Amino acid sequence: MFYIYCPYCGEHREEEEFHPKGEAHIARPSDPESCSDEEWGDYLFFRTNPRGIHHEMWIHAVGCRKFFNITRNTASYEILETYRMGEQPSITDDSREPLDVAQARTENTPADNLEGARA
Amino acid sequence: MNQLNRLDRGGRVDRSRELSFTFNGQSYRGYAGDTLASALLANGVDIVNRSFKYSRPRGIVAAGAEEPNAVVQLGSSEAGQVPNVRATQQALFDGLAARSTNGWPNVQRDLMGLVGKLGGGFMPPGFYYKTFMAPASMWMTYEKFIRKGAGLGRAPAERDPDTYDHVNRHCDVLVVGAGPAGLSAALAAARSGSLVILADEQEEMGGSLLDSRERLDERPADQWVADVVTELSAMDNVLLLPRTTANGYHDHNFLTLHERRTEHLGETAPEQEGRRPVRSRLHRVRAGRVVLASGAHERPLVYGNNDVPGNLLAGAVSSYIRRYGVVPGSKLVLSTSNDHAYRAALDWLESGRDVVAIADARAEPSGELVEQARAQGIRIIPGAAVIEARGQNRVSGARVARINIDDFRVEDEGELLECDTIASSGGYSPVIHLASHTGARPTWRDDILGFVPSLVAGVQAAGGVQGIYSTPEVLVDGWTAGAEAARAGGFEALEADLPSVEMRRDGEAVALYQVPHQKATLRAPKQFVDLQNDVTAAGIEVATREGFESIEHVKRYTAMGFGTDQGKLGNINGMAIAARCLGRAIPEVGTTVFRPNYTPVTFGAIVGRHCRELFDPKRYTAMHQWHVEHGAEFEDVGQWKRPWYFPRRVQGRQESMHEAVARECRAVREKVGILDASTLGKIDIQGPDAREFLGRVYTNKWAKLAPGRVRYGLMCKDDGMVFDDGTTSCLAENHFLMTTSTGGAATVLEWLELWHQTEWPELEVYFNSVTDHWATLTVTGPEARKLMSEVTDIDLDRDSFKFMDWREGKVADVPARVFRISFTGELAYEINVQANYALHVWETLFAHGEKYELTPYGTETMHVLRAEKGFIIAGQDTDGSVTPEDLGMYWAIGYDKPFSWIGKRALTRPDTARADRKQLVGLKPRDPGVILEEGAQIVFEPEHAIPMPMKGHVTSSYYSPTLDSGFALAVVKGGHHRMGETVYLPMVDGQVHEAEIVSPVFVDPKGERQNV
Repeated sequence: MFYIYCPYCGEHREEEEFHPKGEAHIARPSDPESCSDEEWGDYLFFRTNPRGIHHEMWIHAVGCRKFFNITRNTASYEILETYRMGEQPSITDDSREPLDVAQARTENTPADNLEGARA
Repeated sequence: MNQLNRLDRGGRVDRSRELSFTFNGQSYRGYAGDTLASALLANGVDIVNRSFKYSRPRGIVAAGAEEPNAVVQLGSSEAGQVPNVRATQQALFDGLAARSTNGWPNVQRDLMGLVGKLGGGFMPPGFYYKTFMAPASMWMTYEKFIRKGAGLGRAPAERDPDTYDHVNRHCDVLVVGAGPAGLSAALAAARSGSLVILADEQEEMGGSLLDSRERLDERPADQWVADVVTELSAMDNVLLLPRTTANGYHDHNFLTLHERRTEHLGETAPEQEGRRPVRSRLHRVRAGRVVLASGAHERPLVYGNNDVPGNLLAGAVSSYIRRYGVVPGSKLVLSTSNDHAYRAALDWLESGRDVVAIADARAEPSGELVEQARAQGIRIIPGAAVIEARGQNRVSGARVARINIDDFRVEDEGELLECDTIASSGGYSPVIHLASHTGARPTWRDDILGFVPSLVAGVQAAGGVQGIYSTPEVLVDGWTAGAEAARAGGFEALEADLPSVEMRRDGEAVALYQVPHQKATLRAPKQFVDLQNDVTAAGIEVATREGFESIEHVKRYTAMGFGTDQGKLGNINGMAIAARCLGRAIPEVGTTVFRPNYTPVTFGAIVGRHCRELFDPKRYTAMHQWHVEHGAEFEDVGQWKRPWYFPRRVQGRQESMHEAVARECRAVREKVGILDASTLGKIDIQGPDAREFLGRVYTNKWAKLAPGRVRYGLMCKDDGMVFDDGTTSCLAENHFLMTTSTGGAATVLEWLELWHQTEWPELEVYFNSVTDHWATLTVTGPEARKLMSEVTDIDLDRDSFKFMDWREGKVADVPARVFRISFTGELAYEINVQANYALHVWETLFAHGEKYELTPYGTETMHVLRAEKGFIIAGQDTDGSVTPEDLGMYWAIGYDKPFSWIGKRALTRPDTARADRKQLVGLKPRDPGVILEEGAQIVFEPEHAIPMPMKGHVTSSYYSPTLDSGFALAVVKGGHHRMGETVYLPMVDGQVHEAEIVSPVFVDPKGERQNV
């Protein structure tokens, strides 16, 4: 069971007070109508799911009800930092540049394959 | 019966307090301070169980948590039954009643033993599955008997009369284990002033010092233990938890400690203040630092028939003699690979019984203990080991032969020594289980022939658990770890203050696991590796031959290290044998993963007080008691208890649900009904940007909703799928009241917070749950206005208080908000009043309502009425794959709103825009008497070969008293364009129902009734 420092409450609390809300820093495109279907699909469905350093969003659900971010090692479960919404992590996985998922997929995957996968 | 193996003196038992107990119905006597195991050995009980697979007789092997055989069922009454108790860990109390968990019909005369004996040679790993699997249908029958034969203990059939507690704790330093390392660590940490918890699983703290031959400060070791325990128990910053097992080591230094408070007294535990005392506590500890001082388990050697009763661990022999004054036999042969085990022979000899010989696997044993044994005249056979035990129900002899470890063979015929006890020691395995729970893989160390834990942040290991076995070194290591842990918490540690202990000179141990036999492993007498799961060296060899090379696969194929045992005795030996068969080194084979719990924990302790009425909170509305008094049947909706229907007694007979619902439906359609709708989620939304916010989270338009008006809204996720719906009322320009589905209240509030906090923090808007503050009473039916006019000062004129308006006023003289919203299709008023006035308002309505035949109705009638109108329930008619367009609710979609609201963009994705998506329709069964099954699959071609293409499913289905017919809502592929078509619903029993696709609005399609 995790021991989580809530950056708003300013103290460590038990995991039972929180729940996870998935990968952090997934911003909603500011103009959804100008997104291609691929771009919108990537925003909706594709996540990095790394082994190692991961930035994830949590909510202090039965505490202050605030959303905040955690940098966590998904292999060791170590929490490296927590930071407020709108702030950037101070610890990142430098060994692997965070890849723009949309870019990686369109670069590496032939477009017709993509369509096949979506049908 | 005499305690024939009890010594006249020595040990820590109190011979002045004799206790009686029964085992398998037979009465015995023991002393206070005994464990059940020591008392059984004192009474000369050899067989305590039958083995799991082969049903071979088994005796006590160990003296602690690692005991694999003496697993018993405890309890003299049905309610007091406790399964899976290790006799070695159960303190004796007067009147204790224990039974073997294995053995059918009993351990002495066992039928399954015949199977084991006859079939033994033909029972490879997987035997039961391979033999009894076919035909598959018979497995359940076989299994019943196999299980009965295996017997794994049983839960009590009666309700547990005891209570259990959970305790949350924090400390600076948690020390696990109170042997020499743990006591020393706790002392160092405690004297620094840090908050210390010291947990130890045994009846008494002290660990190996309780049966040590060593002297600390020139005194017996247990005197130092007593001094330390006295000092620690007097300190305010120390919590001592004896009889407490650290069972799980979880993330971020969170450990679960299971404290057994009355198990040592069993059912005889005295009442406290007229109540049974709390039986056990689960301490949930968040520790700053953890010092693991869990010690080491001795490894038995693996030789032929090493499971016959009378084969013990060498260390256990010393424990029984020195701690309990019990010598478990008369003639001993010791087989060892190390010096430390010589204690057993010396202790045995000093008890006045015969030591026949010591077979030492080393060519030239030479340590201090070896010399002592020589000096006492004990025969030592170097370069040799017991290769095979003789005897059926008790050891009668030991075959000792010279062995060549490197070539894995026996060098000579050897000799058969007559004896009744064989003690063996193959070295020591650090108890790394807890450290492994964190996921850290242990590391093999050749110098100590064992795995030591890899440590995560915040934990230290001390003493035996990291392969340090010499007492003076263990004490120093413990102190160092304790002091370091305290310093890490910001405390100042003091200089070490430890007793002086003479350093013993030990000879080097040799690596011996499986002892070779003249015959090949597969043909030699069974050499047991895991006694609890009946895994033999041959079984492991077979597994490797059959291609199971990974130790994890070997484990699953053979069941080694499974069950309550978790590989305490056998794992290292098993890995060593696998390594030998595969021609690899032990670290290359690796180790399996140890998982919580370290020893079995009763469900009572896990559950604590979270049971019965405290299992899950129940939520009641303000009118709940009225519903109870008026005979309501209740339905659980989330945590809420909602009236389901109100059956009446008609002509001395209780109405059926069908009759009650039909009556309630008719009352609403023809007169007036009332529903307690208080459970609807209510969110108060305020702020200058509230209106803008609503426009972004709802699919429809909110810009022009004037104060006093109400609007229905659909909420989608950004994938375009509907996830909740409800009405929102404009209370004032910057003030709205949102309602959600009963089950969606918390989810929707969090959803709003999510978007506000993460995407649009610039919007000034505030959300508050007011679900519990307001009670909701829905008065609906053609007579609703007449009834309301008697109890309210609000102008109810249909032109000034229109459909989808709300008004503030008084109802039953209580301040109220009244909303003209209809979920039934009839004229309806939803009255919101402060919850504590609600019962008064409800009763006032009934006082005036009699002449209109005001009828209370429940959720079932609500469902029928809303479905007749085609009103959806989010989560029932939608399932996270249904868009507003699929529902045909185009009127609720603001395509031209300036902001791209949540869900909008996804509606034009190719998949969301497909023409053959499942769309909401009504279904009218051809036979009006048929009520289609909710969830039933819909097909277009009932003659199609199976599997038929499935084209949709029923989401809601009821009998309608208004239509006098069954009817249903369903989602059907391309359904909006299939009006009038016939679909088919094949049922499990072979029937195929026919239904016509119709509009989902079955009653009053023009919506005139809600506007009368």
